[in-house]
Amino acid sequence: MAEEWHGILEKIDDYRWLLPKKEGMRVPGLIYTNERMLDHIRMDKTIVQVTNVAYLPGIVGKSMAMPDIHWGYGFAIGGVAAMDIASGGVISPGGVGYDINCGVRLLRTNLKEKEVRPKLQDLISALFVEIPSGVGSKGRIKISSQEVMEVLEKGSQWAIKRGYGLSEDALHTEEKGSMEGADATKVSQRALERGRQQLGTLGAGNHFLEIQVVEEIYDEEVAKVFGIFPGQITVMIHTGSRGLGYQICDDYLRVMGNAVRKYNISLPDRQLACAPVDSEEGQDYLKAMRCAANYAWANRQCIMHWTRETFEKVLRVTPKDLGMVLIYDVAHNIAKIEEHLVEGKKRTLCIHRKGATRAFPAGHPDVPKDYDGVGQPVIIPGTMGSNSYVLVGTQRAMQETWGSTCHGAGRVMSRTRALHTVRVQELQRELGDRGIIIQAKGYKTLAEEAPSAYKDVNEVVDVCHNAGISKKVAKMRPIGVIKG
Amino acid sequence: MKRFEVINHTADMGIKAYGKDLAELFTNAAYGMASLITDLEKVSPKDSQDISLEAENVEELLVSWLNEILYFSASKSMLFSKFKVSEIDEKHLRAKISGEKLDTTRHQIETEFKAATYHRLKISKLRGDNSTLPEGILQAEIIFDI
Repeated sequence: MAEEWHGILEKIDDYRWLLPKKEGMRVPGLIYTNERMLDHIRMDKTIVQVTNVAYLPGIVGKSMAMPDIHWGYGFAIGGVAAMDIASGGVISPGGVGYDINCGVRLLRTNLKEKEVRPKLQDLISALFVEIPSGVGSKGRIKISSQEVMEVLEKGSQWAIKRGYGLSEDALHTEEKGSMEGADATKVSQRALERGRQQLGTLGAGNHFLEIQVVEEIYDEEVAKVFGIFPGQITVMIHTGSRGLGYQICDDYLRVMGNAVRKYNISLPDRQLACAPVDSEEGQDYLKAMRCAANYAWANRQCIMHWTRETFEKVLRVTPKDLGMVLIYDVAHNIAKIEEHLVEGKKRTLCIHRKGATRAFPAGHPDVPKDYDGVGQPVIIPGTMGSNSYVLVGTQRAMQETWGSTCHGAGRVMSRTRALHTVRVQELQRELGDRGIIIQAKGYKTLAEEAPSAYKDVNEVVDVCHNAGISKKVAKMRPIGVIKG
Repeated sequence: MKRFEVINHTADMGIKAYGKDLAELFTNAAYGMASLITDLEKVSPKDSQDISLEAENVEELLVSWLNEILYFSASKSMLFSKFKVSEIDEKHLRAKISGEKLDTTRHQIETEFKAATYHRLKISKLRGDNSTLPEGILQAEIIFDI
């Protein structure tokens, strides 16, 4: 099934390859990578997927692939595509994915490693108890069906109002954690039911909560603005909209299947099912998708709140001494209506970021006020046991990638192959030797998510940095991880 | 005859399911998915759920069927081990699925399936090109988001 791709790519420079337009493609493709990772990209159907996205009505610029690109379903994971709404541009639930607003938030603290290390095992054990994780985990938050509607329309604002966090947390969240235009009446009963049960859960798979240490600073000025210093303890939370998001995606793929017939859209892959943004189907999906996005922000907000409480309790520190401040929260599976310049003219576009992160530059109105002079923080989670990064958005990203960059490492090895090649006990020992404590619900997850199953996140981030579509600010290394 | 096999996919997972007719194909696809979720030997089929579905075509019916099972699994915290398709044509399906409540002391969840996708979705009839399976057998290819 994983047949190699033998088509032609034109090398533009060391970090950019052009996929020339061929029949059916409305725009060319553009792949950000390096020679070495390109060999991996050619191994499966990734480039076919980049090609397929270029068929979609209204696409402008290029069908783009970030350096962590890998074979997904429909869109490749690591794909960015912009559709011009006024020219019949479409929105595709497959261009967002099932885990709508899967994303990451990064918290800083006033602590250094030596203050945490003696209590690290206690911290990890306590977090594992306080934050429900694993397949089918149920949330600690009991809410009525009526209140779920409020979560969907208000996101982080709902969580903060209910006492899960501080008002300034929302200011450091993409869309302030509460996307406008969310309409819970566009969400099915089934999705609402799944949402009610799982709010405040980490989930399984590649989702995690990680305690990290800042290992290296690349840009002191920007790091200072973000409040990051060498040796600092940070916490990263990676999760999304859980079953609510999966259900909304599935519900609307069915709607879009009919829309494709109704609007007579021809597609190379059914998973790309879509409708014009300006159609009833397109608008309904957008309103429902925003609900899932808000739910995911509320979810990460609640988990952050329990993280703060747990640190305070286990380390016996006051909130002030702990100083656990949200640096930023980014979505990496989402569609957004944004204004961008297309051939020098301002256009309203529907930007699909499927496994890609927004990376807005200094001075952009959507960048929080206190970061206005430097740009939006971009949070890049590594894989279990590998480094994670803080990058910052650039003007170059605005010009080339609709203000987007990579989202993580990107898989290179299938889960089944990882299960055959990775020995969990060896992996745990190796991580233990490096001072990393891991607590997980399923040992199978550990093998599937082993670092060797992924591209090297350092290499992915270097391509983004060298291509100029975001700039490196800081690198973290993990010391403690909880996984589903 | 084998009921299904696993397809390798970089980020996700897929299966090829087989059956002599649609009813068996759909049953085996569900069985294949369920057996990747948990060890079905440990799931007793004591509680049942009726399923009735409609779709525009047989491929979409298959995706709906698998996602229906995932929905009941998630919303009722259940694992399903037995699938009985009582009525099926290209656009309709009636079935009964049976299983029991998830009990983490006895059941180990191997993989969380987010959804069955429409990516490369295909139902076809084998034309003697598969040496291990008889000609005329139906084959379905499904990729899951996990």
